[in-house]
Amino acid sequence: MTWGSMNEFLAMGGYGFYVWGSYGVTLLCICLEILSLKSKKETA
Amino acid sequence: MMNQDLFRFAAPQAFFPLAGKLIPWFSVLAGVLALAGLYVAFFVAPTDHQQGEAYRIIFIHVPAAWMSMFLYVVLAGWAGVGLALNTRLSGMMASAIAPTGAMFTFVALWSGALWGRPTWGAYWVWDARLTSELVLLFLYLGFIALKSAIPDPVRADRAGAILALVGVVNVPIIYFSVQWWNTLHQGASVSLTRAPSMASAMLIGMLLMALAAWMYSFATAFSRVRAIILERERDAEWVRMTKDQMRAAA
Repeated sequence: MTWGSMNEFLAMGGYGFYVWGSYGVTLLCICLEILSLKSKKETA
Repeated sequence: MMNQDLFRFAAPQAFFPLAGKLIPWFSVLAGVLALAGLYVAFFVAPTDHQQGEAYRIIFIHVPAAWMSMFLYVVLAGWAGVGLALNTRLSGMMASAIAPTGAMFTFVALWSGALWGRPTWGAYWVWDARLTSELVLLFLYLGFIALKSAIPDPVRADRAGAILALVGVVNVPIIYFSVQWWNTLHQGASVSLTRAPSMASAMLIGMLLMALAAWMYSFATAFSRVRAIILERERDAEWVRMTKDQMRAAA
């Protein structure tokens, strides 16, 4: 286990902004795509 | 006989229910693989001795970049089949893949920018790898825009197919750019011909995330193609019956 605490995990050794910025925007893109598919399905 | 069975699903009417049955499986697999991949990425894979924790972006960046290229080749393949054989489903499959491919291309560029800043000191450089990946994003967006600008679906499929096939030349350029030019972007860490140059936990995490991205792409492309089939074949009797059934079930 690399992380001693939750804060250490979130800090990512000082690279938190870059790491979570990548994962967060990816998650956002996936959510947006799934939402757009749902609305496409309903209008089809 | 097997060939005939396979070709049967080339008809939108036969493919529609098959895709519908497969979507939940691909979705569940995508979720399970992504959870396993994220677990390995954050709790098993060790800290990189050069890049510290910043390297953990690799688990998003590399699978997204792989999918962005792979999906484009599949898209162009469907487009080519559609041009050659005039099969209706082909153009619909190409259209269904494009938004997911564009999404992964954007994610590869975005995560690459956020990785480049701490490691190279810049979010963006006009390096051959980065530039050709940006061209890929424009190819996806151009393909989507071109198809939606032409009202007649048959003509839209043809025009889109030509664009997709011309653009496929960009994929080997992206892939080999790190060898052909002196790029800031590093070379491949994983290749089929030699042992990977990274810790095995990193490799396993990356492969799990890549498989998850693969399953996700199947699920989204199939669910999008179902919507496209219903829209394009709306005058067909089976579509009317299917819509009634779906409404009754909802």
